Amino acid sequence: MPNEDHLLVKIRNYVFLVIGILAVGIAIGVEMMVNPPETPPFDLLPILLRGLAITIELTILGAALALVVAIVAGVARSSKNIFIRTITGFYVEIFRGTSILVQLFWIFFVLPLPPFNLSLTPLQAGVLALGLNVGAYGAEVVRGAIGAIPRGQIEASIALNMSPGLMMRRVIIPQAMVRILPPFGNLLIELLKATSLVSLITLSDITFQGLALRQSMGRTTEVFLLILVIYFLLAYPLTLGVRWLERQRRWAT
Amino acid sequence: MQASSTDPIVRFENVTKSFGELTVLRQLDFDVAPAEKVTIVGPSGSGKTTILRVLMTLEKPNDGVIWVNGEPLWHQKSGDKLVPASEKHLRKVRGNIGMVFQHFNLFPHMTALRNVTEAPIHVLKVPKGDAEQRAVELLQKVGLADKLGHYPSQLSGGQKQRVAIARALAMRPKVMLFDEVTSALDPELVGEVLNVIRELADEGEMAMLLVTHEMGFAREVSDRVVFFDKGRVVEEGPPEQIFGNPQNDRTKAFFNAILRH
Amino acid sequence: MNTFWDWNYVISFMPKLLEGLVVTIEVTFVAFIIAAVVGLLMALGRLSANPWIAQTLGLFIEFIRSTPLLVQLFVFFYILPRYGLRMPAFIVGTIALGVHYGTYTSEIYRAGIDAIDRGQWEAAKALNFSPVRTWVGIVLPQAIPPMIPALGNYLVAMFKESAQLSAITVVELTLTARTIGTQSFRFLEPFTMAGVLYFLISYPSSLVVQRLEKRYAGK
Repeated sequence: MPNEDHLLVKIRNYVFLVIGILAVGIAIGVEMMVNPPETPPFDLLPILLRGLAITIELTILGAALALVVAIVAGVARSSKNIFIRTITGFYVEIFRGTSILVQLFWIFFVLPLPPFNLSLTPLQAGVLALGLNVGAYGAEVVRGAIGAIPRGQIEASIALNMSPGLMMRRVIIPQAMVRILPPFGNLLIELLKATSLVSLITLSDITFQGLALRQSMGRTTEVFLLILVIYFLLAYPLTLGVRWLERQRRWAT
Repeated sequence: MQASSTDPIVRFENVTKSFGELTVLRQLDFDVAPAEKVTIVGPSGSGKTTILRVLMTLEKPNDGVIWVNGEPLWHQKSGDKLVPASEKHLRKVRGNIGMVFQHFNLFPHMTALRNVTEAPIHVLKVPKGDAEQRAVELLQKVGLADKLGHYPSQLSGGQKQRVAIARALAMRPKVMLFDEVTSALDPELVGEVLNVIRELADEGEMAMLLVTHEMGFAREVSDRVVFFDKGRVVEEGPPEQIFGNPQNDRTKAFFNAILRH
Repeated sequence: MNTFWDWNYVISFMPKLLEGLVVTIEVTFVAFIIAAVVGLLMALGRLSANPWIAQTLGLFIEFIRSTPLLVQLFVFFYILPRYGLRMPAFIVGTIALGVHYGTYTSEIYRAGIDAIDRGQWEAAKALNFSPVRTWVGIVLPQAIPPMIPALGNYLVAMFKESAQLSAITVVELTLTARTIGTQSFRFLEPFTMAGVLYFLISYPSSLVVQRLEKRYAGK
C-alpha cells in the first residue's frame, strides 16, 4: 500500500473537512428553503448554546471525577494486597459490564427512593454516572500502564532502597502517565458523547434542547443536524489531539 | 554480633533458594570480607546471579540467614531468637548494599543527573544541593561530566551503565553488586565500563561482588574468585589458582570449555 | 411497603424483563451483522483509488464516530418519516446502531489490513500472484484472526449500547425496566435486575474475547 506525503495528506484532509462542513451547512440551508420555517432560525442558537454550556460543564466535571477514580482504582488494581485488588475489581467489572444508561437511570431513579433516600439533581446524577463509568474504563488503562513498566525499574528502585510509596510516586506513576494519555484522550471523547444521555433524565444539555425544540417548534432536521455538527466540532480537536499524543511517545516504548 | 574489622561484611549461612522444583542455592555458606573484591564465575543456571539477587532482597531465601555488616538481612533479632524481618528492618539493612544491573534499569524519565540524585534526596534525605554536588562528582568520576542533562535514551549502552554505577555509588553502599554488567553491551563499549569498575576496585573502600563472563578482567581485579555450579561453591581461591591452576575437575572442565572459543 | 428488596415483585416482572432482554439480543445481533457488512463496504470505499470517494467517506466515518449514538438515533427516528420512510422503531434503531458501529468496524478492517507487513505484498507481486489470490491466499488469512477479538469487543459494546434504543421507544431491556418501575413506583428491583442481566451476558462474553485476544496475539 503506497505511502503518501504527509503534508499533502494533511492539507487534503483539512480541505475535505471544510467541504464537509459546508456541505452540511448547505444541506441545512436547502432543507430550510424546501420546508421554510415559520420563524427565522436565529432564535435556535441561544437555546442550543445554553444546552452546549451544560454539555461542556458535564464533560469537564465528569472527566475530573473519572480521572480521580481511574487513578485511584488503577493503582488499587495493581496493589499487592489481594483484598484491595478484588474489591476494586468488582467495581471495575460491574461498571464496565453494564450499560451506562442503566447506571444513569439507577442513580437518578433508584437513589431518591427508600432505602437510599439520596436525591441527586440531574446534573449530579449525570456527573456521578459518567465519572464512575468512564473511571472504570480508565482504571483498566492505568492498570495496564503500570503493568507495562519493565520489572527492572522496580528492581532498580529496590536496589536504591526506595520505599514502595516513593517508588510508586517518583518512578512508576510518572512513567505510567505517558502511556495513559492517548487512551485517556479517547475516553474523554467517549465521555463527551455519553453526556447526551443525560437528556433522558431531563437535564438540559444540548441534546435535550434539541428534543425540546423539536416539540415546541417542530424544527427537527436542522436542529439535530446542527447538534451533530456541534458535537463534531467539540470532538474532532480532541481526536486530533489524541493522534498527536500517540506520536509523542518518545521514550515510552 | 559486634561488627569488627575482621568480621565478614556479608555472610551467607546455610542459605537455600528454590524456584518451584528447581533448587538454585543449596545450603550455601559464603563470606565476603570488608573491601574484598570477589568474582563469581560458573555456567549459566548455576545460581550465581541468584546469590546477588537474594542479597539485594530481590528474591527471598527459603532457608538460612544472611548477615550484612553484622546484622541479619531477612531476619531481625527478637530477644535471643531470629524472627522474619519487618519491612523497616529490611530497608535499614538493605541500605548497605548497592547493585548495578545487566540491563541498566535507569529511570527513563529522568536526566542522568536526576537518576543519580533521586535516591539520595528522597531516601537518604540529603539536601538537594549536596546531592547534586556529589552527583556531579560521581558522574565526572565515571567520565560523563558532559552528559548531566542527557536522558538515558540519548546515551549509549556503555554510558548508561556508567550512569548506573554512579547512581548506585551515590548511596554509599558498603557492598556493591555487579550482575553481568557488561553482558548486554556491544563489545567496543565494554572497556569503558570495565575501566570504571577497575578504578573502584583500586580505591579499595567497598566490598565488590561481581558476576561476570569477562575472565581476563576478573583475574585482574579480584582478591578472590569463586567457581559456582549447581547451587554450590565448587572451588574458591585467589585468581592465579582458579584461572591458572584449578584443583577441582569441574572447574578445569569449565575453563577448558570456555577457552575453546 | 418499605422492605429493602421485594422478591415477589422481582418474580412478577421477570418474564417481561426477559422479553426485553430477548429484544436487546435481537437488536444486538442484527446490528452487528449490519455493522460488519457496512464496515466492510466503508473500508473498501476508503481504499478506493479515487481520493474524492476515499476522503469523503473518511470524513463521514469520522463524523459518525465523533457524535453521540443517541443523537443519531433521534435523527433516524424523527427525520426519516418526514421523507416518507416510516419504519418500526426496532428497524430504525437497529440500522442506526449498525451504521454507527459500522464506522468502528471499518477502522478494524483498515487497521488489520495495514498491519500486514509490506513485504507480504511485495513477495506476492514477485511471485506474480493475481490480486485476488494475494488477498484470499496471503493477506486475509493473516489479517483476519487479529480482527476477531476486536470485533468481539464491539459486539459486547453494542450489546450494552443497545440500551439507548429505549429513547426511541424500542421495547428492549432498559425501556422495559423503566416502564415496570414507572408503573409500580419501585425502580430498585427492575433496574438492578436489568443491570444484572446485562452483566451476566456481557461479562462472560468479554472474558471469552480476552481469551481470544491472547490466542491471536501471538501472531
